[in-house]
Amino acid sequence: MLHGSYMLTVIIFFPAAASLALLLLRADDHLWIRRLAMTIATVEFLFSLLLIPKIQIGVAGYQVEEFAKWINVPPINYHLGLDGISLFLIILTTFLTAVSVLASWTSIQHRVKEFFIMLLMLEVGVIGVFLSLDLFLFFLFWEVMLIPMYFLIGIWGHERRIYAAVKFVLYTMAGSILMLVGIIWLHNLSASVVPGGTFDLPVIQQMLQLGAMRLTSLEEMYLFLAFFLAFAIKVPLFPFHTWLPDAHVEAPTAGSVILAGVLLKMGTYGMIRFCLPLFPTASHRAAPMVATLAIIGIIYGALVALVQPNLKKLVAYSSVSHLGFVVLGIFAFQNISMQGAVFQMLAHGISTGALFLLVGMLYDRRHTFEISEYGGLATPMPKLAAFFLFVALSSLGLPMLNGFVGEFLILLGTYQAHWNWSAWAASGVIFSACYLLWSYQRVFFGEMTVEKNRTLADASPREKWILAVMAVITLWMGIGSGYFTRRFAAPSQNVLDQMQRQFPQDAIAVPPSDRVLDANRPGTPTSGRDFSRAVENATKSALAAEGTAMPPSNNEIVIRSKARDLLLPLSSAQHDHPIHTIKAVTRP
Amino acid sequence: MPILNYLWIIPALPLLGSAINGLFGAKWPNKIINTVAVGSTGLSFLAALEAVREFTHLAPENIPWVQQYFTWIIAGDFRAGFDLQVDQLTVVMLLVVTGVGWLIHIYSTGYMAHEGGYYRFFSYLNLFMFFMLILVLAANYVLLFVGWEGVGLSSYLLIGFYFLRKSASDAGKKAFIVNRIGDFGFMLGMFLLYKSFGTLDFVPLFAKATPLPADVMGHLGMFTIACLLLFTGACGKSAQLPLYVWLPDAMEGPTPVSALIHAATMVTAGVYVVARSHILFTHAPTAMFVVAIVGCATAFFAATIGLVQTDIKRVLAYSTVSQLGYMFLACGVAAFSAGIFHLMTHAFFKALLFLASGSVIHAMGGEQDMLKMGGLSKKIRWTYLTMLTATLAIAGFPPLAGFFSKDSILLNAYQSDRGGRILYAFGLLTALLTSFYMFRLIFLTFFGKPRYDEHKVHVHESPKSMLVPLVILAVLSIIGGWIAAPAFWGAPDYFAKFLEPVFAQGGAGNAEAAEATAHALETPLAIVAVVTALLGFAIAFWLYLRRPGKPEQLAKSMRGAYTLLLNKYYVDEIYAALIVKPLLWLSTNVLWQTVDVRGIDGTVNGIAEGMTGVGDGVRHTQSGNTRSYAVWVVIGAIVIIAIIFWPYMRPTAVGVVR
Repeated sequence: MLHGSYMLTVIIFFPAAASLALLLLRADDHLWIRRLAMTIATVEFLFSLLLIPKIQIGVAGYQVEEFAKWINVPPINYHLGLDGISLFLIILTTFLTAVSVLASWTSIQHRVKEFFIMLLMLEVGVIGVFLSLDLFLFFLFWEVMLIPMYFLIGIWGHERRIYAAVKFVLYTMAGSILMLVGIIWLHNLSASVVPGGTFDLPVIQQMLQLGAMRLTSLEEMYLFLAFFLAFAIKVPLFPFHTWLPDAHVEAPTAGSVILAGVLLKMGTYGMIRFCLPLFPTASHRAAPMVATLAIIGIIYGALVALVQPNLKKLVAYSSVSHLGFVVLGIFAFQNISMQGAVFQMLAHGISTGALFLLVGMLYDRRHTFEISEYGGLATPMPKLAAFFLFVALSSLGLPMLNGFVGEFLILLGTYQAHWNWSAWAASGVIFSACYLLWSYQRVFFGEMTVEKNRTLADASPREKWILAVMAVITLWMGIGSGYFTRRFAAPSQNVLDQMQRQFPQDAIAVPPSDRVLDANRPGTPTSGRDFSRAVENATKSALAAEGTAMPPSNNEIVIRSKARDLLLPLSSAQHDHPIHTIKAVTRP
Repeated sequence: MPILNYLWIIPALPLLGSAINGLFGAKWPNKIINTVAVGSTGLSFLAALEAVREFTHLAPENIPWVQQYFTWIIAGDFRAGFDLQVDQLTVVMLLVVTGVGWLIHIYSTGYMAHEGGYYRFFSYLNLFMFFMLILVLAANYVLLFVGWEGVGLSSYLLIGFYFLRKSASDAGKKAFIVNRIGDFGFMLGMFLLYKSFGTLDFVPLFAKATPLPADVMGHLGMFTIACLLLFTGACGKSAQLPLYVWLPDAMEGPTPVSALIHAATMVTAGVYVVARSHILFTHAPTAMFVVAIVGCATAFFAATIGLVQTDIKRVLAYSTVSQLGYMFLACGVAAFSAGIFHLMTHAFFKALLFLASGSVIHAMGGEQDMLKMGGLSKKIRWTYLTMLTATLAIAGFPPLAGFFSKDSILLNAYQSDRGGRILYAFGLLTALLTSFYMFRLIFLTFFGKPRYDEHKVHVHESPKSMLVPLVILAVLSIIGGWIAAPAFWGAPDYFAKFLEPVFAQGGAGNAEAAEATAHALETPLAIVAVVTALLGFAIAFWLYLRRPGKPEQLAKSMRGAYTLLLNKYYVDEIYAALIVKPLLWLSTNVLWQTVDVRGIDGTVNGIAEGMTGVGDGVRHTQSGNTRSYAVWVVIGAIVIIAIIFWPYMRPTAVGVVR
């Protein structure tokens, strides 16, 4: 089933397809609905594990790819790709979805079937985002993901759920509209290089990097901002974060786990995948500003978390703080900090996911998030208290647990380039200890102040299993971080490499026509990846032949490729000509 | 050489013990828990002894002995491995930690026997041993940091062991957070070192640093900044000014914890780090000077607070802060081996003092206020004798351990060429205060008339499991310093000799010349020190035994100073007023309520409401009334016509623009 080239498609759509089976069950047969949903989520998780061996350590590019034509005009294609960065984000998604199903076992009692279908649909959208290599397809999944989340908050949320759901959707939409404009603009610009334009991310990236497609610095900045704002809202970067506390507080536990665990990472993933490789100059120019916002977010999020009377809001603000680290790591443009950022994305997914699970477990028992309603819980529920402490410690970055590795690498890497950024950000390490330990003290330590709490049950076997698994992963990521970083080291470096423009200010890389790619030879490129490699190889061989580091100032790029025809099917007339001559337009 | 190849066994044993007790101990009887906890630590001690034995057979070129086990963090060029290392400095720390740690484990089986959460206590205590051993065995700064933060965690757990008491959980939290402030500096120090040297492994890092020129005094070069940052971390962990505030509060934890973590081992980690990084520090004279001043100031400052405290454990806590100051003073004047020497002897006598005070508290049924004790010397003979030994040791009476180590520090301070005399003077003054407050403690606790209700409190001697460690530690407090004694009759100081391979690397250039003058000074300074200690004893004797009413009179006549000391210079209150409260106010009222709720969210919701408002307003144009529609049509038509004909109505203006 998971054979060869359909693997990624199966990974994306299996939950959707399998949830059709959920429809067959009677709506009040809660037990079997839960069992089936759990089975689907587990199988999906196992599928995603099969991706691990596909990723070779030390290889930078997309190692599993799928390509199919979808729409001719405009040229939108079904282009998926997996590399070391997306690999673990997908596994994180499938894992947290399975955990969320288990965590919703008893707490969701009405519209159970719909709930699990929404959860699985959400999984589809998120995985799609992490795998799409076509800008339009990416946007599609980006928006698709909103709908189930909207319902998860709006239907199964708490008191102010409608407000929070609408706010969540509108906030995100405000950003993604800008991104859509950016995507279309980019497509239109690409049309000046390849007839009909393209939405293909690797192709556009290559063209930009090699100079076949040029942006003025103003254009680049606008495009950067269009993408960046969408991602910054999702992350959320200060000051675009105010949707997050509301969404978290109102969302059901499963929603919060997925929201904090995975959805926020779509923003930082987007920055890594789009902002940096496509718009490196603008990224560099914006970096001081972005880093400042990230640092403000780190400190601000922590300080606001410190004084929250609401436990869930506290965890939500702590996410603002932790994600600030990730953004800082990305925009330090250092190999170490980039890997730290990717690691922190995963670590935060696990530890904050676990925190939300624990908060949800407390809510299941007492139906409140107010810290003042708790106190002294370590006496009736020692096991839950122990797990909570463990997770809090991982969240505050105790060495040998997962939170430390990411934070440490981010700060270490950032320091190499900007010691002052790192110094400011490192203060977050102090504040995270403050808000976590203080809230922990108020919830679990001391004498029992509320009589109702005296009889609360300790962790049930189901809860214990969930938490134990989370704890093991936390420990494993903290001790064996190399298992993860080795797999995304090369792709992380690749992102930074892609930021290096391979052309001088005013010259354009153009291979002479005798070194043109011959698409009709065996082993011709047939997919986007091959195509982009072909472009790169052609340029490289051209450069090598010229015997110069910088390409000569020529003005035509000649590519003969069936793949490009596939990618850029503008006019049928062009299909008849094996050779296209594309003018590389130098724009003022 | 088996154990040296399997160094990881030494820390792994307590970790295993911790895991077993922590996971399964809840339902076990105390005996099994004891076996696991004491057994694992004991085995670890034996393994350490065996490792040291093997170490002595190593060829000098194999030292430091480094073992790489697995790669923990790897990213780009950065690698942090689970690498352990043994050199002479490690050997000293290893023996102190496992040896004293084991004794305190044995003691705890008696002390904690009737406490709830017995398994939890030993699980935490073993966990502490694990992290402390990682700390002293680590071969790079990052792994050291694991131990560093880990002991902080264990400390947090153990201080807050009685978590039902708010003061206990407050103290635990405070300890962790204050330590974090130090760790903030420590981390930045690591980052700077990595940036400068491209590695955080001790051996290559120090090899690269050695040939580099030292920073000029008063100049903030790389070495100076890195050392000051590392020292910030050390200040947090080793409770130096201005980050010492957590240690006195840490006495909320069970007494064996105070002995093990907050006296003998963990709090000395800062001294260890400075000694471990001595090559960097010797390249940074400014940083060294700062270390010396902070150490000296802390020693004096804490001793003054110790003068008036009445809680027996708090006196010892301030005494610990003060003694740690001595160690830093030693490091600051480049007498690293003297600092480590004092670290070792202090581990013996301060652990003994805490354990003995625990025995007193045990005997008194939990009472810690010395004003409610008195006359205990006959009733708890062994406790009294061992505690007296430790007091003589810390006060610096020859030939007990403290005499040699303190003497060595004062001698080195005296010889220091930067403010040496002043450092020495304050060091000596501190010695006087130390002797005074320690004998005050002894006299208040063990002499005079009982000030407790003898019908309610049944004073009883502690069980053997508690007394045996006391006696062993008392013996160590007596003989622990003799290894350095030959220095008095011209033979080498064997302790310094043993550590020389470590500390000579930095190039303590004028060692021989210094040795000659040191020799001439040795005896006179020792005599001065002994006289000082005697003076402290005499004052305490006079005030607390001869004239029992006098201290109160003194306190009345110097009310201002006395209140200031009794309230510990109001440092906690000042921190609360200057940092904690403003921060909470800022977070609540400015950041959260103003910026977040009113500012950002207000804007967002304002836009939404504005849109609703506009929609609401425009909605009324859709009235369904035909005549109003007709009016709109006419208005629209006029506007369109106006737009179309606008250019023709202002022909000249348009012409000008064109």
